[in-house]
Amino acid sequence: MPELALHILDLVQNSVSAGATRVTVTIVYNTQQDTLTIAIEDDGKGMTPELLERVESPFTTTRTTRKVGLGIPLFKQLAQMCEGSLTIDSAVGKGTKTQACFRASHMDLPPLGDVRGTIETLVIANPERPDFCFIYRVDGEEFVFDTAVVREALGGLPLNEPEIVEWIGQYVAEGIGEVERSRAER
Amino acid sequence: MKSLADLEAIRQRTLDKVNLRREHEGTRIVVGMATCGIAAGARPVLLAFMDEVNKRGLLDVTVAQTGCIGMCRLEPIVEISVPGKEKVTYVKVNPDMVPRIVAEHVVNGNPVAEYTIGAQDK
Repeated sequence: MPELALHILDLVQNSVSAGATRVTVTIVYNTQQDTLTIAIEDDGKGMTPELLERVESPFTTTRTTRKVGLGIPLFKQLAQMCEGSLTIDSAVGKGTKTQACFRASHMDLPPLGDVRGTIETLVIANPERPDFCFIYRVDGEEFVFDTAVVREALGGLPLNEPEIVEWIGQYVAEGIGEVERSRAER
Repeated sequence: MKSLADLEAIRQRTLDKVNLRREHEGTRIVVGMATCGIAAGARPVLLAFMDEVNKRGLLDVTVAQTGCIGMCRLEPIVEISVPGKEKVTYVKVNPDMVPRIVAEHVVNGNPVAEYTIGAQDK
């Protein structure tokens, strides 16, 4: 996949399929250590130790249309290619946390890409639930976006109303832009 | 700058529209968003449909997602269901095709035959 944001979109769909009510995506750049960490944490149904053992294999999938599933394998391959690794923690009834780290300056690391587009897509595709919390952190600077806060302010309206999606997209773009600006000023 | 305080005004403006949508059984535009669809470019396609629906102010149209329907080589795949009509499946969709599909099929009721799965297999 040409963007990290597309991997994120893909992996969050796993959380949605697992019946999560809340999914937290954390993107952390550490300039000094030259690392990028991406974590996706959900409160979905979780995986048994048996499934967890098999889940990094491309021949494991819950889909019924074919026998391969490439979301996690592709992300793992990318992490390993970029001097990083992928870890998955999961417990039945608790949820799952998938975390990958990368060397931020690695030449094989794709750009973060269109995070705004990924968040808009998630909101359009999942207007009622789950809630998405998105944390973008560069060294000390942080931007947090949480659909639970938006949902409450909107009195429970579904978030896929075009004007709401547009507002969310702009809010996220501005928030990330702020973090990037203060990073550039350092 | 956008702030959370904007949301109250948006809530008041969109409340009626949301209720209107709930009352109508309208057209559904469903985009395949499994790994295969995402890798093939489904995200910009879904956003282009949303944008076009918004631009035209179509209140009885919903944009949604589905998983993998088993024809990964033809992704991005989009299914459009107009009430009372047979479902139409478009394959290898890109954002440039979206305005025409919305104008001819969703608004005017004439599916764009050349983009459909039927045309693909010929």
